[in-house]
Amino acid sequence: MKPAAFEYHAPTTVDEAVTLLAEHAPNDGRILAGGQSLVPTMAFRLARPTHLIDINNVADLDKLVIEDGALCIGATVRHAQFHTPACDGVLGHLLTDVVSNIAHYPIRQRGTFCGSVAHSDPASEWCMVSATLDATMVAQSASGERLIPAAEFFETVMTTTLNEDELLREVRIPLLSDDTLYGFQEFNRRAGDFAISMTLVTYRLEGGKITDPHIGVGGAEDRPRRIAEAEAALAGQVPGDDAFRAAADAAAAAIDPMEDHATNAQYRRDLTATLVRRALENAAS
Amino acid sequence: MSDKKDITLTINGRDHNVSVDPRWTLADVIRDHCGQTGTHLGCEHGICGACTVLVDDAPVRSCLMFGVQADSKKIRTVEGLAKGEEYHPLQKAFMENHALQCGYCTPGFLMLATGILEAQPDISDDELNDVLSSNLCRCTGYANIVKAVRAARDEMKAAS
Ligand SMILES: Cc1cc2nc3c(=O)[nH]c(=O)nc-3n(C[C@H](O)[C@H](O)[C@H](O)COP(=O)(O)OP(=O)(O)OC[C@H]3O[C@@H](n4cnc5c(N)ncnc54)[C@H](O)[C@@H]3O)c2cc1C
Ligand code: FES
Ligand code: FES
Repeated sequence: MKPAAFEYHAPTTVDEAVTLLAEHAPNDGRILAGGQSLVPTMAFRLARPTHLIDINNVADLDKLVIEDGALCIGATVRHAQFHTPACDGVLGHLLTDVVSNIAHYPIRQRGTFCGSVAHSDPASEWCMVSATLDATMVAQSASGERLIPAAEFFETVMTTTLNEDELLREVRIPLLSDDTLYGFQEFNRRAGDFAISMTLVTYRLEGGKITDPHIGVGGAEDRPRRIAEAEAALAGQVPGDDAFRAAADAAAAAIDPMEDHATNAQYRRDLTATLVRRALENAAS
Repeated sequence: MSDKKDITLTINGRDHNVSVDPRWTLADVIRDHCGQTGTHLGCEHGICGACTVLVDDAPVRSCLMFGVQADSKKIRTVEGLAKGEEYHPLQKAFMENHALQCGYCTPGFLMLATGILEAQPDISDDELNDVLSSNLCRCTGYANIVKAVRAARDEMKAAS
């Protein structure tokens, strides 16, 4: 259980970090952020990076500010920084409700928001939040900056459209209006484990009817995403059991669930329907 | 091979100048190169919490950090809890409440609990349960660990 040897780099500027990444990425050089996913993988020798570029000393990556109507989360912002609301309004509360479901307290002291998104475990809470709320990923390489919408970012299990020489410099999540209602639900067999399925829903009411519904599902499929069929079932409806069940059933029917030794596809489908319904009920209550 | 780096680890207030291979975890550096073997290693991949230490007062898994990353940071381990002959209130509470059997997980639980009680002296029972769920114990069944940490919380609050 000991990581293999690697060269250690500790840049202090973003320029230095992306220059090192450009140089070493072709030989499996990687970013080291919180280390809470990478180091276990290295301990198992499932990963043997030759160079690690530690971004923990890079000034400017710890930004957590509102800019142009979005919460901008820099690459060294830790999970624990969401234990209390990171911004005023609905979004800050939503992130605080979600964060307690991520791993455990000590892991949240080191693990980063952007590291989770770059790592892209299908059951990552931050990945699902980013997908549901249409976040924008800011990718930085030695040759410049690129903005990637969440819908084009998550490809499949632990695979994103980030290039190997790109640093995920920040994630921008659009702020939510004060009348946004939200609900979050996840299920796992033990506190702190990765979820078997989870969902985040948001919507607003106009004249008593649901408008602008977002229904995201994570953990059930190979990547988190908004489920258009479920959102369509909800839009324009009066909130209540009928609408919620219809949307939950639509979500369950639309997904292509993963299977593993303990969980078959039908179980994940049924679970997802229940979680979506409960999240919609939470949002309404 | 990678080059060794010279670093200074400040463990329980004492400086240790060590030359480390970047691949060595903080846990290994503390144990094997600074001689502080109170910190235990269980799983070495972030699951069990036996290796929990405080880095700049935050409880972290020392098996998931490289020693080189802790250069000039303030580290606290179980060896630093007692003041001379006087045990820390958490250590006393663990003894009084039978919160350990084999004791393998104990250093990790003590440092986890120290970190959380210093950060949130008024933490509720429910929040405490959630934090204590971070670490594994194969012996006690947890109930006595929870009891001990609650007792220490109340005692430390009364004393402050
Ligand atoms: C016991 C345990 C339980 C956990 N449970 C959960 C859970 O329930 N939910 C959950 O979401 N997570 C969980 N995690 C994972 C944890 O949240 C990690 O912190 C997170 O997945 C990765 O973030 P990190 O900063 O630690 O990244 P690292 O481990 O440092 O890096 C992970 C990967 O992403 C790359 N990377 C990191 N940052 C960047 C960047 N800015 N740009 C480009 N590439 C980058 C690295 O090169 C590496 O390949 C758990 C971890 C443990 C040990
Ligand atoms: S040894 Fe570090 S968590 Fe198990
Ligand atoms: S007392 Fe033996 S593992 Fe906890």
